[in-house]
Amino acid sequence: MLGKLSWAALPLDQPIPMIASGVVALAILGVLAFVTFKGWVPYLWREWITSVDHKRIGVMYIVLALVMLIRGFADAIMMRSQQAVAFHGAGYLAPEHYNQIFSAHGTIMIFFGAMPFIIGLMNFVVPLQLGDRDVAFPTLNSVSFWLTATGALLVNISLVIGEFARTGWLPYPPLSELKYSPGVGVDYYLWAIQISGVGTLLTGVNFVTTILKMRAPGMGYLRMPMFCWTALAANLLIVAAFPILTATLAMLSLDRYLGFHFFTNEGGGNVMMFMNLIWAWGHPEVYILVLPCFGIFSEVISTFSSKPLFGYRSMVAATLFICLVSFTVWLHHFFTMGAGPDVNAVFGIATSVIAVGTGVKIYNWMFTLYGGRIRFTTPMLWSLGFMVTFVIGGMTGVLLAIPPADFVLHNSMFLVAHFHNVIIGGVLFGVFAGYTYWFPKAFGFTLDEGWGKAAFWFTLVGFYVTFIPLYVAGLLGMTRRLQHYDVAGWKPWLTWAAIGTAVTAVGVICQVVQLVVSIRRRDALRDTTGDPWDGRSLEWSTASPPPAFNFAVLPNVEGEEAYWSLKQTAREQNRLREEPAYEDLEAPRNSPTGFVCAFFATVVGFALIWHIWWMAVIGLIGAYATFVVFAWRDTAEYRIPAAEVAKIDRANRSARQDALATYTGPRP
Amino acid sequence: MSEHGADQHGVHDLAPGDEELDGSGVAQGLRGYLLGLALAVGLTAASFYFAHSPLVWAPAVATALIVLAIAQMGVHLVFFLHITTGPDNTNNVLALAFGVLIVFLIMAGSLWIMANLSHHTPGMDQLMRMQR
Repeated sequence: MLGKLSWAALPLDQPIPMIASGVVALAILGVLAFVTFKGWVPYLWREWITSVDHKRIGVMYIVLALVMLIRGFADAIMMRSQQAVAFHGAGYLAPEHYNQIFSAHGTIMIFFGAMPFIIGLMNFVVPLQLGDRDVAFPTLNSVSFWLTATGALLVNISLVIGEFARTGWLPYPPLSELKYSPGVGVDYYLWAIQISGVGTLLTGVNFVTTILKMRAPGMGYLRMPMFCWTALAANLLIVAAFPILTATLAMLSLDRYLGFHFFTNEGGGNVMMFMNLIWAWGHPEVYILVLPCFGIFSEVISTFSSKPLFGYRSMVAATLFICLVSFTVWLHHFFTMGAGPDVNAVFGIATSVIAVGTGVKIYNWMFTLYGGRIRFTTPMLWSLGFMVTFVIGGMTGVLLAIPPADFVLHNSMFLVAHFHNVIIGGVLFGVFAGYTYWFPKAFGFTLDEGWGKAAFWFTLVGFYVTFIPLYVAGLLGMTRRLQHYDVAGWKPWLTWAAIGTAVTAVGVICQVVQLVVSIRRRDALRDTTGDPWDGRSLEWSTASPPPAFNFAVLPNVEGEEAYWSLKQTAREQNRLREEPAYEDLEAPRNSPTGFVCAFFATVVGFALIWHIWWMAVIGLIGAYATFVVFAWRDTAEYRIPAAEVAKIDRANRSARQDALATYTGPRP
Repeated sequence: MSEHGADQHGVHDLAPGDEELDGSGVAQGLRGYLLGLALAVGLTAASFYFAHSPLVWAPAVATALIVLAIAQMGVHLVFFLHITTGPDNTNNVLALAFGVLIVFLIMAGSLWIMANLSHHTPGMDQLMRMQR
């Protein structure tokens, strides 16, 4: 009746996961009870859970990402402290628990921390920058989000019921095959990633369509802000690469569920084919993460240098170059697999070549800074910290791209330090820059600068104190994923890494405090005009937070930096443009489709993990029924009357008129 | 001059296989699909026929089948996927080209990598044969 599920699935005999999951479960129940008690449920349901507004969905993505980043960071603290104490001893984490922790850390950080953060920022920003009212398929967007949340939920359920994979963040066979991992851990991984992967793929389709087909009048490709270009490249990569992940994990599922032999050692399977396919997805994936961050840095550096982006066209070319070449380098993840020197040389050279595109970008950002009036705000600090940190990570990457060097460093702590160097220094710094940069646009007040700068400095210093010692430990021969060790030479470096993690933890706390303090001081931090940073692209031309329809009339774009030229004209003539003729607008109606669909997806995923076949069938029928009900809807849109549009837009115009009257900066 | 006027409004300015998007052309859209179906079935039937037909010189049968297969792909692209030479179709053509390129890179790369790998790391049965 309940498949493999029984009371034995609860980790009653293991104190650490039991206490941790108990506390988390209590916290979740507490929040739910509080929300219900306060009577906020109808509001949340109406305005957020069923919302198809790209801005709301973007915010929900980022909330999910922030929670998951903290969850993943808890795993990081456990790993660093375990390795700091597990010299000549067992430490405090049992091996099978430690293995689950490093697997969950990687899975959560990449799939449910970094990806939702990036996708959330794209959701919020791209339609605003393009001068759109929404994405191409608003309800599909909601489905994407809730499917991602389903994946995150399944991974976290594994903490309480059953176990998580012990195979690392990519479940390499033969370890991940049924013979060596008979538990449900790998199945949790497979279904969580498959379900959220569908969501990611739909996002890719949605955004490629939005960017190619829905730009404001006059916004040609070469007038798009840099973030839109990098978002386009990242979404093209999603559309091209995520099907490979889905197919590869489906093959592994067939091996585990139906006795196939794709990746087994016997029956004609080939383990190496898994490495080949998973990295054919995995390498584009790192560019899916980092390319939008390059876009964020471009926006931030240009805005706070008060200058147009240097070498815009070379930036576009470099982005598309990276987009394409990222599909020709995947073998560098398994140089040591046994391929010959010719194959290794080709992929090694391709890997070095892709660094050229990034190098072009670094120089463009430096020349954007050169001669600018630089304002050292929090987003700018994250960007400058990125430029230094990412160059170091890039250089160790080019070092690892040389096959003979990789034979020495493969799967060592040097590798661990390298990819954390580029993912923290590139992706995490990028999303934090974007988070502080666009926060006022989303909520109408800026984040507290003091706590933001403290968060930056603690995170930056914590990063270096953690990972430079890990580079050294790697050069001293330490391999990754060790639960305990007997080499005295590694001990001091791992102690330093643990200290660095503590410093980073202070940065994380500052980040949380910053949010709380800013919400409490929101009246003092209010952004009345909608343009707190003297921005240059269209999202700053509307109010903060933007109305549901984004723009009262669609902007007419007449050059690069669409909003900057409008603003300069206004400053020159000392008046705003003529008030436009307002018309009735149509906006998509909210729909619970995404939430209901994800509910059934959770049921299907959980049922398949525990082999409860009848429940899987019910879930699939429910998901299909949800789709049919949505397809039969009568009214897809509601009407916003012109008077309402005029009222909202006039309020913003008068705030901008006041700002213009008191403007004292340089005039063209 | 009415024809010219219609062209200017773009109503009849359609490449083969292009869909009319004004919502009035259901019958015309159906006609396109039926034409595509007829061509696809015809090409399939032709493939089966030419495989054992005296009309084609026996050693050239393989070439004939390849030609028919490529024509079949063209019919599918034009009539079912609506990839055309029309002015509004650049995105679709580029998307197709990108997809084909990526599939080529992954497939050719995987074949090359795996063939090279099995050449350099012979399996147990090959090793046994070498020892004999």
